[in-house]
Amino acid sequence: MKEFRVLWIALLVMALASPIGLYLPRLVKAGGAWGEWGLDEIRQMIGYAPAGMKKTADIWKAPVPEYALPGQEGAPLSRLSLSYILSAFIGIGACGGGGYLLARWLTGRRGKSRA
Amino acid sequence: MHIPDGYLGPPTYLAAYAACAPLWAIAARRVRQTLSARQAPLLAIAAAFSFLVMMFNIPLPGGTTGHAVGGVLIAIAIGPWGAMLSLTIALVIQAFVFGDGGITAIGANCLNIAFLMPFTGYYAYSFLSRFFPSDKGKALAAGIGGWVGLNCAALTTALMFGIQPLFHTAPDGRALYSPYPISVAVPAILLGHVFLFGVVEALVTGLVVHYLQRSRSAWILHSAAGEAV
Repeated sequence: MKEFRVLWIALLVMALASPIGLYLPRLVKAGGAWGEWGLDEIRQMIGYAPAGMKKTADIWKAPVPEYALPGQEGAPLSRLSLSYILSAFIGIGACGGGGYLLARWLTGRRGKSRA
Repeated sequence: MHIPDGYLGPPTYLAAYAACAPLWAIAARRVRQTLSARQAPLLAIAAAFSFLVMMFNIPLPGGTTGHAVGGVLIAIAIGPWGAMLSLTIALVIQAFVFGDGGITAIGANCLNIAFLMPFTGYYAYSFLSRFFPSDKGKALAAGIGGWVGLNCAALTTALMFGIQPLFHTAPDGRALYSPYPISVAVPAILLGHVFLFGVVEALVTGLVVHYLQRSRSAWILHSAAGEAV
């Protein structure tokens, strides 16, 4: 693990800097990503909510929707930033953990040789 | 570029899952054969890295936002099949925990972002670095590879959006799923990726390769060489 210390530190720095990705779009008054509108936005854009979309759009309720802790819709940007950083750490933990388990499962059967 | 739930009709998202299933199986086998114990932690680091890269939203002033992915950089480090697994992990976590990208669309998003991006970008990189084998040349090739990979993924994402009205339009002319045709979706998505998000992807890819070349971790860049497919 020591070999990768610099890379892990880089990830920590990225997590702490992540709110840049929250502030920058607001700074220049940009909207969301194309094709990632909610049902209400779609309704405003084309005048109706597509029937099939209405049925599947909310098929899953994410525990941390849009990288904000639940109940923080419309919270001040500073609080959202904290949520964002927390999400970044959750992401590091979940992706790192998932990647670790997968790597161990895939490489584990070849014995205990270590480089 | 993460397709949410409700934008793709079942034929599209089921076909995408069906296309991904054998690719995931091949990826697992390839990685099992080629990933060394020394490289194994990179699979985890890469997944976390791409997750974080995607949090940095880049705005087109007054327009839409996008982001880089880091998929080609990861492909250069652990090979395109390893990149497919790392990016799949990030996309699955994004969908289930953060609602970024749909559950039904995981196959589609993985096909675009976890498969097409690392493969097209990696091949662009290895093709170009044959002509520019110096360190600087390879860093440049990596940057161009990043641009190519992200834009390929953006194009196929746009096509998936764009074909929905062809398959799913009610008799009264209303769309059932994503409402915009190819002629709208492709320019809307590609514009930002060609001129801005892809350029950021290129810079991130090229600069990190440039840094790694001179660091003690330079071996990371050579480990995937020669075992691409």
